[in-house]
Amino acid sequence: MAAPSQHKLTVEIHRTGGPVRYEIPLRDNQTVLDAVTEVQRRFAPDLAYRFACRVGVCGSCAMSVNGIPRWTCRTHVAKVVVDGAISVAPLRNLPVIKDLVCDMASFFEKWTDAEHGAGAVFDGKATRHDPLPAIDPESPRRKAVDAGIECINCAVCYAACDVVAWDQGYLGPAALNRAWTLANDDRAANADAVKAKAQGVGGCGSCHSHGACVAACPVGLNPTQSIAGLKRRSLFELLRGSGS
Amino acid sequence: MSERLLFAVQRVTALILAPLVLIHLGLILWAVEGGLTAAEILSRTQGALGWAMFYGVFVLAASAHGAIGLRNILVEWAALGRPLAGRISMAMAAVLLVLGLRGVWAVIA
Repeated sequence: MAAPSQHKLTVEIHRTGGPVRYEIPLRDNQTVLDAVTEVQRRFAPDLAYRFACRVGVCGSCAMSVNGIPRWTCRTHVAKVVVDGAISVAPLRNLPVIKDLVCDMASFFEKWTDAEHGAGAVFDGKATRHDPLPAIDPESPRRKAVDAGIECINCAVCYAACDVVAWDQGYLGPAALNRAWTLANDDRAANADAVKAKAQGVGGCGSCHSHGACVAACPVGLNPTQSIAGLKRRSLFELLRGSGS
Repeated sequence: MSERLLFAVQRVTALILAPLVLIHLGLILWAVEGGLTAAEILSRTQGALGWAMFYGVFVLAASAHGAIGLRNILVEWAALGRPLAGRISMAMAAVLLVLGLRGVWAVIA
């Protein structure tokens, strides 16, 4: 007969006030979000955590699992369990509101800062009355946009980034990745303002190319490469005298 | 100086310094016979305008490169604000510049 511990899962949750351990059944195909939900339903109705879609689309369930930021709805317990236990904590680099819920405001504010450049709202070049612009999907600029466009705003990269931990003024991987997609979008009229913001204080120059964001990104984006693109363009446009 | 210009200056000076540092290390190996002293080095380089020009460029690039790097370290690891980190780094650049140019002067004087 198998030892009982093989059928149990210890879930250590870093709640407001300190870590609390719960024991729940270890189930087939159980995700970390399933485990947290089971703890909340059976033992801790006041446990605060966020989720919405449960299928890796909305980006709201990111938590730190065994010290590594992950999307919990698509992370199987079997992949991360160590000695029958997992440890779940709120994301790093964001203020905690309660238990596993972070205040995402700074993350989204930096995203909109980067997206809107120097204060302008997203500004298209055409109106709905103009003909659709022809964008060649094979052009290098569009390929650069396509490579970075599928961000789900989960803030996993933001939590993984050491530079964000050191310098709260740093825009972070997600926002700069978004800036790179706008800088390459032929339909964006405010690309210069976006670039100016991305090259300013707390912009691409602060990135150390550690690649922690790339390693952590659940949808396989490469923000480090996008930021390298911003750095390269910043430098070459400056040397050519064509940048602002 | 804008953040963007600081970034550019640090990368360009890194580009300049990469070969210069190798030559600098080579010179130390070649010039030193009885211990690493200023007198020892100067006895082999004094009066050489080429070395003075080489080290003139070296000192300018190293002062800028080191000071900008120090500014980043102060902002990220010492949690200083950018204005204070900038002032400390400017002082560092001035010290490096004075010490370095004094050495260059000794070669040509």
